[in-house]
Amino acid sequence: MLTFLLRRLLAAVPVVFGVTLLAFSMSHLTPGDPVRIMLGERATAEDVTRLRAQLGLDRPLPVQYLTFLSNAVRGDLGTSIRSGQPVSREITDRVDETAALTGAAMAIAILLGVSLGTFAAVSRSPALEAVIMGFALLGISMPTFWSGLLFILLFAIVLGWLPVTGTGIVGLILPAVTLALPAAAVLARMTRSSLLEVLEQDFVRTARSKGIHGSVVVVKHALRNAFIPVLTIAGLQFGSLMAGSVIVESVFARPGLGRFAVNAILARDFPQIQGIVLFAGLIYLVVNMVVDLLYGVLDPRIQAR
Amino acid sequence: MTATGTTTDGQDRNAGAPREARGRKALRRFLRRPGAVAGTVVIAAFVIIAILAPVLAPYEPQAMTYTSIEVPPGPEHWFGTDDLGRDVLSRVLHGARISLQVGLIAVGIAMTTGSLLGLLAGFLGGWWDSVIMRTMDVMLAFPGILLALAIVAILGPGLFNTMIAVGVAAIPVYARTARASTLSVLELDYVIAARALGARWPRIAFIYVLPNITAPIIVLATVGVATAILSAAGLSYLGLGAQPPTPEWGAMLSDARSYLRSAWWMATFPGLAIMLVVMGFNLLGDGLRDVLDPRSR
Repeated sequence: MLTFLLRRLLAAVPVVFGVTLLAFSMSHLTPGDPVRIMLGERATAEDVTRLRAQLGLDRPLPVQYLTFLSNAVRGDLGTSIRSGQPVSREITDRVDETAALTGAAMAIAILLGVSLGTFAAVSRSPALEAVIMGFALLGISMPTFWSGLLFILLFAIVLGWLPVTGTGIVGLILPAVTLALPAAAVLARMTRSSLLEVLEQDFVRTARSKGIHGSVVVVKHALRNAFIPVLTIAGLQFGSLMAGSVIVESVFARPGLGRFAVNAILARDFPQIQGIVLFAGLIYLVVNMVVDLLYGVLDPRIQAR
Repeated sequence: MTATGTTTDGQDRNAGAPREARGRKALRRFLRRPGAVAGTVVIAAFVIIAILAPVLAPYEPQAMTYTSIEVPPGPEHWFGTDDLGRDVLSRVLHGARISLQVGLIAVGIAMTTGSLLGLLAGFLGGWWDSVIMRTMDVMLAFPGILLALAIVAILGPGLFNTMIAVGVAAIPVYARTARASTLSVLELDYVIAARALGARWPRIAFIYVLPNITAPIIVLATVGVATAILSAAGLSYLGLGAQPPTPEWGAMLSDARSYLRSAWWMATFPGLAIMLVVMGFNLLGDGLRDVLDPRSR
C-alpha cells in the first residue's frame, strides 16, 4: 500500500509542476500588455510602471516564476487588482459555498444515478428501461443553465415552493439538483452497462442457481463488482461538478468560487485568475489521487499494477 | 443517410474483406437503431435551418420593435418577442448557424491537433511521448469547462476566442485515444511487415496507421460536437462568449434570466434548441459507436 501511495504521489509531480507553470504564465500568454489590460485605457505611464513593479513583472521570467512558486507554497497568491484583498483570502472565503454545492450535488448524483441505472439493468420491462435511459439522455443533453432556469420558473415562480437563492439547506436544493442532473445521467448509463456485464458472469449464475433471491444477488453479488467502473466515473464526475458549479452559481446567483472566477475573467484581474486556476487544478489533482487510492483499497489487484 | 455511408466506407478502406458488403452491413446495423436514425434526422434538420435561416426567419434577428415588447407566443410571433421587441423564433433560427459553426470548428481544431499529437506520441515514443502526454495530463487537470475558461481568461472574451478555447480544451481526449489506438495498431502484422520492407516512418504513420485509428476518433468527434456546443453556449451564458446583440442561444438564455417572471418564452425556446441539437449529436454518437467501435459490440 505504501509503495502504491508513493508511486501515485511521484506520478503527480510533473502535473503539479505543469499546473503551476500554466497558472504562472497566463498573464504572459495574454495578447497585449496585461498591466495595461488590468488598468484600462486611461491609466498613466506612472500607474503602469508602479503596478508592473508591484506585480514583479519587471524582473526576469525565471525569477518571477520562482517568486510565484515560493509565495504560493506559503499560501500567498498575490493581491487582487480590483479589491486590493489577498487572493488567498478571497478564495478561502468562498470555498465553503462551492464545496457545499458540489458535495450536495455529488450525493444526489450518486444516489439518483446508481439507483436508476440499477433499475434499468434489472428491470424486466423494456418500457421502464427505455423511460430511464430516455431520462439519462435528457440529463446529458440539457445544459444546466437551461434546466436551472426551468427549475426557477417552475418551483420558485409558478409554484412558489422553493427560493431561487438563499442560505441553508432549502436554498441549496434547486442549485444542487440542477448541478447533479448531468452527472446522475452519466452515472445511470455507466451503472446500467457495468451491471449488465456483471450479471452475465458465472458467479452470478451460480448464486442464482443456489436459490438465492434475485434482489440479494443483485445487491450483494453483482452491484459490488459493478461498482469499480462506476467509482471511476464518479471520480471523474467530481471534476465536471466542480466545473459545472461555475455555471450553476451564476444561474442561481450564489457567491461561490465559480462566480468569483467568472467575474475575475470579465475584469481581467490576473492575480485572481491565476490564484483560482492554481487552486482548482490542485484540488482536482488531490481528488483524483484520493479516488485512485480508494480503488487500491476496493480492488487489491490494482495496487499490483 | 449518405453521410453515414461515407464514414463507414472510409473506415473500411484498408480492410481486405469485400468493402461494399461490410459497408452495407454496417449501414444496416446503424439503420436498425431508432436512436441513431432520429439523431441523424435532428442534425439534418438543424443543418437545413442553419443554411436557410435568413429565408425561414419571419423577421430580422436583430430588428427591435418598441411597440411589441415581451409579446407572448401567438400567430404574429410563434415564440414571442424579447425585452427589446425582437422576434425570438428568428433569433433561435439564426442561433443554429452560430452553434453549429462553433461546434464544428471547435471539434475540427481538437480532432486534428489531438489525433496528430496522439499519433506522434504513440509512434515516436520515448521523449516525444513523455513530453506530449505529460502536457495533456496538465490540461486534463482542469476538468470540463474549466480549461476553456482558463483559455478565455488568457485570450479575452468573445465568440471567436470561445471557439478556440473550447477546441484547444478538448485536444487531450483525442490525443489519448489516438495514442492508445496507434499503439495497438503498431503491433499488427502488416505494420511490422511494412517496417521490415523499409517504409519510412511518415509513410507508416499516415498511410498505414492513421486510417486504422479513425473509427474511435469519429465516434469521439460526434459526441464532441455536442459537448463543444454545450461548452460554448455555457461560456456565452456567462458573458464570456458571443456578445450582444448576436443571436446566440446561451447569450439569449442569459438575457432571459432577468425576465423569467414576465416572459417565460424567452427562457424556453433557446434552451430547447440547444437540448435538441445536443441530443441529436449524442444519439448519432451512440449509434456510430455501436457500428464502428468493435469493443462495445
